Amino acid sequence: MDTRGTRSYLYWLYCQFELITCSYLMEPWEKVLFYTFNAAMLLALLYTAYAFLPGHLGSAMQSLLQLSGGRQDS
Amino acid sequence: MANPSAVCNGHLHHHHHQKQNNLLKSGLCKKNGITKGMKKNGVSNGTLYKKTFVEHFEQAPMYVAVLTFVGFGVGTIFGYLRDFMRAWGLEKRNIAAEREEQKDFVPLYQDFENFYTRNLYMRIRDNWNRPICSVPGPQFDLMERVTDDYNWTFRFTGRTIKNVINMGSYNYLGFAETDVNALKTVTIELQKYGAGICSTRQEMGTLDKHVELEKLVAKFLGVEDAMVFGMGFATNSMNIPALVGKGCLILSDELNHTSLVLGARLSGATIRIFKHNNMQSLEKLLRDAIIYGQPRSRRAWRKIIILVEGIYSMEGSIVRLPELVSLKKKYKAYLYLDEAHSIGAVGATGRGVVEYFGMSPDDVDVLMGTFTKSFGAAGGYIAGKKDLVDFLRTHSHSAVYATSMCPPVAEQIIRAMKCLMGLDGTTQGLQRVRQLGKNTRYFRRRLHEMGFIIYGNDDSPVVPLLLYMPGKIGAFARRMLEKNIGVVVVGFPATPITESRARFCVSAAHTREMLDTVLNALDELGDFLHLKYSRYSKSSHPELYEESRLEPED
Repeated sequence: MDTRGTRSYLYWLYCQFELITCSYLMEPWEKVLFYTFNAAMLLALLYTAYAFLPGHLGSAMQSLLQLSGGRQDS
Repeated sequence: MANPSAVCNGHLHHHHHQKQNNLLKSGLCKKNGITKGMKKNGVSNGTLYKKTFVEHFEQAPMYVAVLTFVGFGVGTIFGYLRDFMRAWGLEKRNIAAEREEQKDFVPLYQDFENFYTRNLYMRIRDNWNRPICSVPGPQFDLMERVTDDYNWTFRFTGRTIKNVINMGSYNYLGFAETDVNALKTVTIELQKYGAGICSTRQEMGTLDKHVELEKLVAKFLGVEDAMVFGMGFATNSMNIPALVGKGCLILSDELNHTSLVLGARLSGATIRIFKHNNMQSLEKLLRDAIIYGQPRSRRAWRKIIILVEGIYSMEGSIVRLPELVSLKKKYKAYLYLDEAHSIGAVGATGRGVVEYFGMSPDDVDVLMGTFTKSFGAAGGYIAGKKDLVDFLRTHSHSAVYATSMCPPVAEQIIRAMKCLMGLDGTTQGLQRVRQLGKNTRYFRRRLHEMGFIIYGNDDSPVVPLLLYMPGKIGAFARRMLEKNIGVVVVGFPATPITESRARFCVSAAHTREMLDTVLNALDELGDFLHLKYSRYSKSSHPELYEESRLEPED
């Protein structure tokens, strides 16, 4: 019952995505193109987040600590 | 065109019997020299409107506009992609193209102008131009149509879809009927006169039927005389050039119909646009026109005419007639009122917006209307003072060159009008008007309760339901057809780009069951397509609804 609820909800979400981005109107090959492009963009975003975010966050924390440490000294 | 009661000497003769509070108003009249339309039963707070004028133009939440633009953006990108593929021969061209031999000449087809038509309209084109094969009554039959190549060509399967509920035809009073008893006189006239006229009004095309119809129209509207024409669009576009010319000023509402715009442009007069139904904007234009006169010579304008419609068919809004009439009297302008959708549909006895606001038809200089919408026929009329109509009989392009109305159609209008006025001995006409009012109010109330965004006045039978996103236009129309309901959806060129809508035309012939079927379907579809954007839905918070009735009307 629960899976049926979530599945139909997911289907509804998918329909909303189709309607909003006009992919409801596209021919099948256009849809393939559009979804591939979207998926590629999403993957690239996720990969960049995975690869760089810990490093960026770490160095940001370091510089923040240095700043507050330096201020305490003076 | 001066109204004698506007001359203010503190003593208005035909209002002797007014109550004390109206004499107080005439005291005001002494001060600023204008009168604001004294009404007989003394509205003590001095308002122009006898009943509340509630119009809704709710704005959707911001994310809706953003998502609409996202949709159009994706559509445009794919449009460019397809155009590129067509230009480079990767895809078959279905649009008009020149022959090889003509390639060196000036191009015939400017491709970019039709970008929107080619790339967005074509994808959802199956929702328009659907051929019907029965009378456009409350239900009708559709010919089934399929496409093999994504709407570039269609073919008919030969089957018909029967009894589709008709929410798109302008059949406000339900006179589009095939009942034999109702059409008895029309059949007799068809056998007596035939179908064609074969002449224009000024040559041999004026029949006794036209004279009878014109007298009836004048009596119906309460004016001196009227003239009828064979086509509603042509009534506007051919008669405005006869009334105004160079050196005149036309003040036209932003959202006027194409026939009014065409007539105004053909006349050669200067056209200025005021914001939709906005009397402050109009007053500013009037003052500028009178103070500054014509552009270079600074002479006074020969004529100032204001073009408005009774009900605007894309918005469902009703014109603010009382304020308009007081403005026109103050600044000595003329008023041309196009009652295409409002004649027969509003007013206690169906006489249009003039009756709806309780005003006299003498206040409007040119009353124009069509018989296409409420009377189930075709054609238009112009009514007003006898001098005006006599002038039009000689000077209108339509009278000189266009074929006049054909006799069976004239008889249909005569029988519909007699029914409305009660001259056929029954109260059927009045019942139809009342039924239309009931249906309109019920339909609008239920849609508001469900949470859709509806535009327009609460009393107008034209109900635009906002869809906003281009993807939903096609989905909405197709799914409604699957549920056996025919609707009209409108998109970009006819409406602003972010405000595409579905337009319902309520009819007196719709029964409560039909309206309930439609409303249930809309409820379901609204949930599935997520169309219920309204933040003022009535049912859950009645006190909130009362607050929102005072929301600004623009």
